Amino acid sequence: MPSLPDMATPEAERLAQEAAQPADPHITDVALKPALFDWLCRMGDGALILGHRTSEWCGHGPALEEDIALANTALDLIGHAALWLELAAEVEAQGRTADDLAYLRDAMRFRNPQIVELPNGDIGRTLMREFLYDAWHYEMLLKLRDSSSPRVAEIAAKAGKEVAYQLDRASDLVIRLGDGTEESHARMQAALDHLWPYTGELFTDDAVDEAVAEAGIAPRASELQGPWDATLREVMGEATLTVPDRRADVHLGGKQGRHTEHLGYILAEMQFLQRAYPGAEW
Amino acid sequence: MKKEWPLWEIFIRGQHGLNHRHVGSLHAPDAEMAINHARDVYTRRKEGVSIWVVESADITASAPSDKGPLFDPAEDKVYRHPTFFDIPDEVGHM
Repeated sequence: MPSLPDMATPEAERLAQEAAQPADPHITDVALKPALFDWLCRMGDGALILGHRTSEWCGHGPALEEDIALANTALDLIGHAALWLELAAEVEAQGRTADDLAYLRDAMRFRNPQIVELPNGDIGRTLMREFLYDAWHYEMLLKLRDSSSPRVAEIAAKAGKEVAYQLDRASDLVIRLGDGTEESHARMQAALDHLWPYTGELFTDDAVDEAVAEAGIAPRASELQGPWDATLREVMGEATLTVPDRRADVHLGGKQGRHTEHLGYILAEMQFLQRAYPGAEW
Repeated sequence: MKKEWPLWEIFIRGQHGLNHRHVGSLHAPDAEMAINHARDVYTRRKEGVSIWVVESADITASAPSDKGPLFDPAEDKVYRHPTFFDIPDEVGHM
């Protein structure tokens, strides 16, 4: 049952929340702040932009049941984004909120990998992208459960269950469509070939990854390559799809704020309301 | 070939110890996907701890036109209800 706000202690909610949160020295570590803030934005922005892309299917799904499943996935991802960006805002300590970060940052301040901002394409490409990202996301959250930051570990534990389901669902559908009809097979192979040069960015380390890894907060991006490859090979094998024999690290830079032209269009739609009517609430 | 996915009846157990209850139906190409769809369509608000799916075509139902012969005879047989016993006070609420 939702409880009413306590009149006598208006701050009760905040105090209760603070009391419930485990002590985490990383959050206030000044030297670590720039890297940790960036890294948290990477986690948050990846989920936010993929969530937004996935939400574009709402009302357009190939079947009613798939439509609802895609909307659920989108909501899960946006929920993860809220958790990561709330923590990022807290680390930044500049008075910004998660909403400020989501709705008032420009494209070059976004830290998501480029793969999540690409247009959906057909349902095959949408599901292939979901699978490729989920397989990375799942391994990342699994490792983050052992983070030296209890706050990060807490978010990872919560998001991990949802992403485990998302990965199961995406794997199942990629296998069904890959090992399906001639047309579905061709579309899934084309999707994999199209997305492949964007996957390498997920495993490319930079100074931010190095700093948070050094602090024991997160694994290096490159550490996730092995487990991701194993999942990829297994699912693509079953889906009768061929993993491209070309370099995967072609389109880089999203994590550092260099994006494709597509991100601007997403933000234009996503941020329109807050830009046009600052502070609007409902 | 029929293009429409077959219909499945969905049963959800709300809590441990309760029975699975029929909650509705949905379309899916096979049982595994019916379970996934049921999870996404019928358990969004934490409604369940277990899901059963049964293809609708596998259910044999009584015919609505047989309603009279099947159910009406029970109407004037009130003695089948266990309401004609005097329960001793010591037993308390039953």
